[in-house]
Amino acid sequence: MVDIPDKDLLAPGHRGCAGCGASIAVKLALNALGENTVAISATGCLEVMTTPYPESSWEVPFIHVAFENSGAVASGVESALRIQGKDDVNVVAFGGDGGTVDIGLQSLSGAMERGHNMLYICYDNEAYMNTGIQRSGATPYGASTTTSPKGVASFGEDRPKKNMPMIMAAHGIPYVATASIAYPEDYVNKVKKAASIDGPAYIHLQQPCTTGWGYPSEKTIEMGRLAVETGSWILYEIENGEFEITYRPEERKPVKEYLAPQKRFKHLDEEHIEKIQKYVDAECKELGL
Amino acid sequence: MVVMMVTIGCVIKNPGNSRNNKTGSWRTFKPVLDKEKCIDCDNCILFCPDASVNKQHDIDYDYCKGCGICANECPSDAIEMVKE
Amino acid sequence: MVKEVMTSNKAVAEAVRLAKPQVIPVYPITPQTTISEYLAQYVADEKIDAKYVKVESEHSAISAAVGASGAGVRVFTATSSQGLMLMHEILYAAAGMRTPFVLADANRAISAPLNIWNDQQDSIAQRDAGWLQIYVENAQEALDTTLMAYKISENPNVLLPSMVCLDGFILTHTVEPVEIPDQESVDKFLPPYVPEHAFLDPKEPMSIGNFADPDYYTEARYAMQVAMDNSLDVIQETCDEFAEIFGRKYGLVDAYKTEDAEIIFVAMGSLCSTIRVIVDQLREKGEKVGLLKIRAYRPFPVEAINEAVANCEKIAVIDKNFSFGIGGALYADMKVKIDKEIYGFIAGLGGRDITPDSIIEAYEKTKVPEKDVTWIGLKEE
Repeated sequence: MVDIPDKDLLAPGHRGCAGCGASIAVKLALNALGENTVAISATGCLEVMTTPYPESSWEVPFIHVAFENSGAVASGVESALRIQGKDDVNVVAFGGDGGTVDIGLQSLSGAMERGHNMLYICYDNEAYMNTGIQRSGATPYGASTTTSPKGVASFGEDRPKKNMPMIMAAHGIPYVATASIAYPEDYVNKVKKAASIDGPAYIHLQQPCTTGWGYPSEKTIEMGRLAVETGSWILYEIENGEFEITYRPEERKPVKEYLAPQKRFKHLDEEHIEKIQKYVDAECKELGL
Repeated sequence: MVVMMVTIGCVIKNPGNSRNNKTGSWRTFKPVLDKEKCIDCDNCILFCPDASVNKQHDIDYDYCKGCGICANECPSDAIEMVKE
Repeated sequence: MVKEVMTSNKAVAEAVRLAKPQVIPVYPITPQTTISEYLAQYVADEKIDAKYVKVESEHSAISAAVGASGAGVRVFTATSSQGLMLMHEILYAAAGMRTPFVLADANRAISAPLNIWNDQQDSIAQRDAGWLQIYVENAQEALDTTLMAYKISENPNVLLPSMVCLDGFILTHTVEPVEIPDQESVDKFLPPYVPEHAFLDPKEPMSIGNFADPDYYTEARYAMQVAMDNSLDVIQETCDEFAEIFGRKYGLVDAYKTEDAEIIFVAMGSLCSTIRVIVDQLREKGEKVGLLKIRAYRPFPVEAINEAVANCEKIAVIDKNFSFGIGGALYADMKVKIDKEIYGFIAGLGGRDITPDSIIEAYEKTKVPEKDVTWIGLKEE
């Protein structure tokens, strides 16, 4: 069971789409971390929808600087807090997949390598959603985005999803995990565990996006569930190098069930769906799902 | 000539004042909860993107955008999306 | 009070030690490198109580600086040339977010072609970022200006970051005697940074670095112009206070033999040392010449300049930078704001020596002008 606070630390009134997964992601994380938290965000949906001057949805101290540097900004914030003796304040940086996996990779890598005591949460909606659904390094194989569109000679994104959690694990940080907003207990437990660790922690959270993925707004959580139940998104954690799956679907559903309801995959033919199924099967096998 | 000044660096010093923006005006459908059917699973509270369901499962129509996630995730079908 | 022979880089590091910043994110680059090394050693030896953040690039150095300053502590960083260019995006953010920290720039040419030696194009390329820019002539001034920069930037009527510009290699790697102020006097001059406008404290949450639509953006930028205007007085007041405590006098500009000069040289940085010698030489020959050293380039000190050049006929501006088709930046700014006959000279690019002959050439080509802008010492076939 997830504790429900008296006051949500991400206030309503923000400009997120109806059914926005990012706001669910951040609300759950902040509520789990509590008021003794400073939040950093990269440019993206989250920042833009929560801080249109003069209004802000953030009930905790918040700073945004640019698109590619939330890792570095968080490093500066963390250093400033610790030198003042504020060792108990949670430092949490949020970045979208664009601001984490692509343009933000370097500054995040540096932050993790330096061992700052902070948590980085990538809210991965699998494209640059804020600017209108352009592909990112986290866009899955076969997805149609505006810069990897389906076309006469194209089936959409032709590259597999960059394996960001494993890249983070390779930095040797004490805690890496994947999560989904559809599994809030698993997610919140991971946030709490990460916060309790003295050192860098990384959570890669898949966040379905109604506008970008093309499904009716009420199905945001359902899409997240389908991703996990088909093995398209695997929930695990790596604590001090020890890998463990944290949720096993009873019976893995065929990926078709996950792809079919989303406009971004609607164009895929049998051949490509087969390919995706094979890829998912291989991933699941490798991770022991 | 008086220039309207913003705060230094456009800093926002009223945390959570996005509450001034009543996003309830966005919706076309609104969720209606039948408390008799409610089993207190709290899915609606957890999954609401706009923090518009409180601990007593009352829906805050000032902010509810009518996304329908709560209705979709209610295990006891206690929430119905009703046209405004 | 100790006097020691040291490079301008060490002088900057000493000033930083005395200023007691709490976060120092810095990335090495020639010829700033020894600043980052001195500071690392000071932190390792507990001479500064700070977090030394071993960032992985200059973009991250400046980003961490904004993060830490936004969080509410005093911050220092330093860079040069390519590093400063890599910081460009975030320099604007720092100024727009009104994070008042100090950056030392070891002036160096910008690639391409790649060149590690001195000119001023790197800091000039940042002149519209909203930072204060002060150009120093020697090691003592490098130390003094770094200290003053904190007081100026942190002034509630300013709250803009400051860039202390020192010529790469010419200053960073040559030694001079420097008086190191004592900590007690510095503490009196420069109290701790206690921000009111922006900080990150869970006890008093606020949002920093927000999104501003067309209804607000213009006023946010205008407010920075106002702050820059305020800084003219603040710079002079701070210099006066510094003089009272430490005995060394500075200002927005430094006028040398300008009152009765017919032609006045205008320049920034270490070049002024050479020009001053030439001014004396020319004076011995009966030439009525003077030097106006510009210390504060941003804010551009129109009033102070006008006062110094009031009686002259012509002005010779020597720039170690240029804008294509226009001339040097200092020349261009003077042409816009100063109502005098002004000639521009471009010299010293990529570390090419500005010799006494170069300066005399500039003088002659102002006395008998051929064109508006002249490249000095250009090698022709």
